[in-house]
Amino acid sequence: MIDWPIISVTIFLPLLGSLIIFLIKEDESSSNNIKWAALWTSIGTFILSCLIWLQFDNAFVGYQLIEKYQWFSDFNFFYHVGVDGISLFMILLSTFLIPFCILASWVSIKKRIKEYMMAFLFLETVMLGMFFSIDILLFYIFFESVLIPMFLIIGIWGGENRIYASFKFFLYTLLGSVLMLIAIIFMYQITNTMNISELQGNFFSKKVQLYLWLAFFASFAVKIPMWPFHTWLPDAHVEAPTAGSVILAGVLLKMGGYGFIRFSLGMFPEASAYFMPLIMTLSVIAIIYTSFVAFAQTDMKKLIAYSSVAHMGMVTIGIFLVNPQGLEGAIVQMISHGIVSAALFLCVGVIYDRMHTREIAFYGGLVTRMPKYSVAFMIFMLASVGLPGTSGFVGEFLIILGAFKFNTFIALFAASGIILGAIYMLYLYKNIIFGVLTNDKLKEILDLETREKLIMYPIIIMVIIIGVFPNIFLDSMHLSVELIISNYEIANGK
Amino acid sequence: MENSFINIVLFPEIALSIATVILLLIGLFQKKNSFKNICNLSILTLIFISFLVFLNRDFALANYNDFFTNSAFIQFFKGLIIIGSLATIIIAKNYFIELKLSRFEIPILILFSILGMMVLISSNDLISMYLGIELQSLALYVVAAIKRDSLQSSESGVKYFVLGALSSGILLYGCSLIYGFTGSTNFQDIQNNLNILNHLNLGIMFGLIFVLVGLAFKVSAVPFHMWTPDVYEGAPTSITAFFAIVPKVAAVALIFRFCLEPFKDFYSEWSQIIIFLSIASMFLGAIAAIAQKSIKRLLAYSSIGHVGYILIGLVAANSAGIKGVSIYMSIYVVMNIAVFSIILSLKYNNVFIEKIREFSGLSKHKPLISLSLSIIMLSMAGIPPFAGFFGKFYIFVAALKADLILLAVLGVISSVISAFYYLRIIKVMYFDEQENANFQLIINSQSLFLLIFCMLFISLFVFYPSFLTSISSYISIDYFQ
Repeated sequence: MIDWPIISVTIFLPLLGSLIIFLIKEDESSSNNIKWAALWTSIGTFILSCLIWLQFDNAFVGYQLIEKYQWFSDFNFFYHVGVDGISLFMILLSTFLIPFCILASWVSIKKRIKEYMMAFLFLETVMLGMFFSIDILLFYIFFESVLIPMFLIIGIWGGENRIYASFKFFLYTLLGSVLMLIAIIFMYQITNTMNISELQGNFFSKKVQLYLWLAFFASFAVKIPMWPFHTWLPDAHVEAPTAGSVILAGVLLKMGGYGFIRFSLGMFPEASAYFMPLIMTLSVIAIIYTSFVAFAQTDMKKLIAYSSVAHMGMVTIGIFLVNPQGLEGAIVQMISHGIVSAALFLCVGVIYDRMHTREIAFYGGLVTRMPKYSVAFMIFMLASVGLPGTSGFVGEFLIILGAFKFNTFIALFAASGIILGAIYMLYLYKNIIFGVLTNDKLKEILDLETREKLIMYPIIIMVIIIGVFPNIFLDSMHLSVELIISNYEIANGK
Repeated sequence: MENSFINIVLFPEIALSIATVILLLIGLFQKKNSFKNICNLSILTLIFISFLVFLNRDFALANYNDFFTNSAFIQFFKGLIIIGSLATIIIAKNYFIELKLSRFEIPILILFSILGMMVLISSNDLISMYLGIELQSLALYVVAAIKRDSLQSSESGVKYFVLGALSSGILLYGCSLIYGFTGSTNFQDIQNNLNILNHLNLGIMFGLIFVLVGLAFKVSAVPFHMWTPDVYEGAPTSITAFFAIVPKVAAVALIFRFCLEPFKDFYSEWSQIIIFLSIASMFLGAIAAIAQKSIKRLLAYSSIGHVGYILIGLVAANSAGIKGVSIYMSIYVVMNIAVFSIILSLKYNNVFIEKIREFSGLSKHKPLISLSLSIIMLSMAGIPPFAGFFGKFYIFVAALKADLILLAVLGVISSVISAFYYLRIIKVMYFDEQENANFQLIINSQSLFLLIFCMLFISLFVFYPSFLTSISSYISIDYFQ
């Protein structure tokens, strides 16, 4: 066993890194130091989170490696962190992606490198803190703090229309989450505790649950995002720098799914059952509608952004099926989408760095000039549409399996989402990679350089590991998922 | 404790008035550097007075026929006032000298208005309350118009005076009605006399409303806020800083005491008014600030919005409300000290910054200052993990304890609207590019120290909130004993 506070160290190591970067004076010669400091901090954090995974006991129900300190003198709020089967992989996902974000920004970010790296490391701290929190108020503080660095990343280093996108992102998600604050305080008045694991169950009367559920829904539905609350996402994705899009698609959207599992299902089971038809309807609309919208896009990033909404529709279906296959499928799908969509954005970033355009029509025939890139892109594209053997297959297969148990129609719609996904992804791939290279500007384009290979290859390996050995991941989440499902079934008298 | 001479002299209000008069004399007879010396001396005086305030907990003497009272709540707010004015004098000193406004009367007038505020906070009688209000207001009218050769400053002074006099008149009329129908001016007696009534009769009702109107004017709650943006904009920025920080604290403490002491049995009567004032202030503060071009006007509307949140704590009327308001006010004071210490020391093309767009590109030239200003703005918007969030949090806790769910929901919605204009300042500093900007930072070591302290408070509050929450718990328990 580890007898030092490994979780707190993991949470605050990036913050420490950003403080160190803060102290470095920025000039021509030190900008490399800043990048290296940020990279090593994030790699260190990843190693620490792997240590947490090694320490994790699959046979233990509930939170592990708990740290708890008094925080407020007058309330039962604690600095209370720990990890369980649901949060573990969200944490690994976050720490896994951040080094790639920093690598991806190595040359493409040219101004204010110091602030950029500080923002990313601060973002990592608050994301990790959010997933590790056992105290709801602590969770809320981290949940909202995420907005600050993301606002700056979009607003300072974004594209043409960055100011509009950053304000929309900030205000939209803030409006969603402030209602959650009221709900949190309200829950505290009733139960006098803020401990997430103590609140797992059915502690509120059904009427109260409905209101609380709606308040939390407002927050998570915007975050994940569900149709029709998704409109901030394409703007934010298109304007954000590559690494910003990666973290937005990779981790920030998962905060919504994580919240749904932890709060909506875990604390308001009766309300979740009551609102399930709503979720299913919105998810099905999201899958079908945004797939068509994605097909109509001319901007690569926008296409992938809309595909994210569709994939998240699959996730919400999986979550609210509330059976083991659906829920585990949803978690795996979140991890897989986190990695795959992040990788797709990185792929877009590779050619954007070279050509400075994301128009699909501009490209074509890249396979002749960039064979390695084409292979990497193909693997991610196929993972995104759920080819067996890749990570995307496991999640989607489990969700559809769970959906068949529940309702054939839902399963049918969910499955049609996969087909639609294949259509627009293959269309994207065909238009960029295949065909004849007609555009003169593309004649000189170069294949992946070492730094980009370092980004792509580990992600490819991850995608295949998840696809071939999903049990490494599923084993750790079984008990936590069962706990939530049994709570739900008891509460609803099944 | 006996009423010996030394004890009477050490009574904070008396000591302050004696010290102020002595300072006035010193200022009169000093030829050179009178402004700087008087400023330093008044800082020392205030430090001394703050010790007295915290030491005289058990002074039963000199209550002057129950004219005054004392409690932890009162002491806390007196302390806040003194800290706020200390800080304002420190951060404003340079500004006055740069603007060639270094008249020694300014610190003296500020000291007199502080005296008035201390009197009105601890008043236990309609008459002492009115005396305190007038003493602070008269001093403030003069300082608002201190820049005599500026049209704007004189206009703001006159505007403040006319509207202030009107509101004082209404307040006084209300006091007379209350006296007429209850037969007493003492808060305790009024409460006892009202206690036997089942409902308020029309006369007392009007009295209550008139007094609340007068007080709403002092805290600048909508719809009695009209003077605030104009006075904030017209007065020299250093005076604006004082207006934003100090008198608000006093007026908030008074409106709390007035509602919760003499009229505590008639909650439903005054709470209707306060609920309206609160909602109107939050939303007008949030929406009207969006279109502002001047940073001072923006801060005026932002302070109107803050008053709206504070009044939620009053409507809650429970110990959590008292706790919430003491935490909120402390954080509010710190945030305003920080923001004004930046505005008062930042020059753009050799003129002190007044327009929001003049901040554009600040992050390139003064990265630390713009980082601080962004943290303050996020804190004012109530975004965690900064201190401002906890102020709002405690207010909402109080509201939900009193089952005011709708008010809390409106509060958070207006806070999202107000986030827009706070973010706009960050946007101007960070997202807008400006290559040839010429920023100058004129800051002396004292105000730099103050700024660093405030920034540490705002950003590190999340790690150790207990020091403030335990004080405020003590205050709220003491208040409802």
